[in-house]
Amino acid sequence: MSSTAHTHVAHRDDYGSRMGMWLFLFTELILFGGLFIVYAVYRYMHQQEFHLAAQELNTTIGMLNTIILLTSSMTAAMSITALQKGNVRFSMSLIVVTILFAGTFMVNKFFEWSAKIHHGIYPGSKELVMRPEGEILYFGLYYVMTGLHALHVIVGVTIFVFVLVFMKTGTVNQTAYVKLENAALYWHLVDLIWIFLFPLFYLIH
Amino acid sequence: MSDHHSQENVHVVDYGKYIFVWLSLLAFTGITVSVSGINLGNWTVVIALVIASVKSWYVLNYFMHLRHEDIVFKIFISVALITLAIFVSLTFLDYSFVR
Repeated sequence: MSSTAHTHVAHRDDYGSRMGMWLFLFTELILFGGLFIVYAVYRYMHQQEFHLAAQELNTTIGMLNTIILLTSSMTAAMSITALQKGNVRFSMSLIVVTILFAGTFMVNKFFEWSAKIHHGIYPGSKELVMRPEGEILYFGLYYVMTGLHALHVIVGVTIFVFVLVFMKTGTVNQTAYVKLENAALYWHLVDLIWIFLFPLFYLIH
Repeated sequence: MSDHHSQENVHVVDYGKYIFVWLSLLAFTGITVSVSGINLGNWTVVIALVIASVKSWYVLNYFMHLRHEDIVFKIFISVALITLAIFVSLTFLDYSFVR
C-alpha cells in the first residue's frame, strides 16, 4: 500500500501528476464548497420558501441525471482498467460511452432549464421577481450551481476528447496512462458534486 | 499485474468491483429518493447528507483509487475537508448569533 521506490523513466512522474491533479481538485472543492455554504445559510434563513420552490423541480429528470452520471463515472474508471490490461480499443470505447452519457446529461439539463425558462422562472424574470425572497434566492442558486456544474461537464468532455486523441497517437498507452487517470479523476469530481446537488435541490419536499 | 517499469505500485481494479460499487451507488440513490418522501423534519436533510457522504466515500475510494494511493493523498484530502468544515462551522456560528 505504501509507496515503493519511484523509478523515473524519461522524466516521468505519474505520482506527482496525480498529486497535482488532486491539489487542483481541492480548489474545486473549495469553489463549490463556498456555494454550498451560501445555499446552507439561505436555506436556514428561508426554510419554507426553499421547500416550496424545490417542489417545482423535476425529480424524475434529477434522478435520471444522477443515474447517468454514476454510470458514466463507472465507465470512466473502467477505461483505466481496460488500458492497463492492454485493451486500447475497449478503453477508447468506454471513454466514448462516458462522453455519450455526458451528452445525455446535458440534453436533459437543456430540457429542464428550457421548461423552467418557459414558465418564466429565470434570474431577473418578471415572474420570479414578484415571488418571496427565499424563492428568488433558491432559483438563483439553482441556476448558478447547476450551471457551474454543467460547465464542468463540458470541460470534462473536452478533456476526454483530448485523451482520446492522445490514445490514438499513442502518447497515452498501456504503460503511460496518467493523463487518462487525471481525466477520470476530474470526471469523478463532477460526479461527486452532483451527488450533493441532487438531494439538496431536488429532494427537499 | 503486468510489467510496468515507470509506474509505481500499479493496481489494476477488476471490472467486477466497479460494477459492484456502481450497483451500491444506485441503491443509495434509490434510498435517498424514497427517504425524501417521508417527512422527518430536520432529519430529512441530515439523512440526505449522510447518504451523499457514503456515496462520496465509495466514489473517492474505488472510482478515484484513493484506497490504493499513498498516505500523503489521504492526509491532503483530510486537510481539504477539515478546511471546508471550519468554513461551514464558523459561518453557522456567526449566523446563529445574527438573528
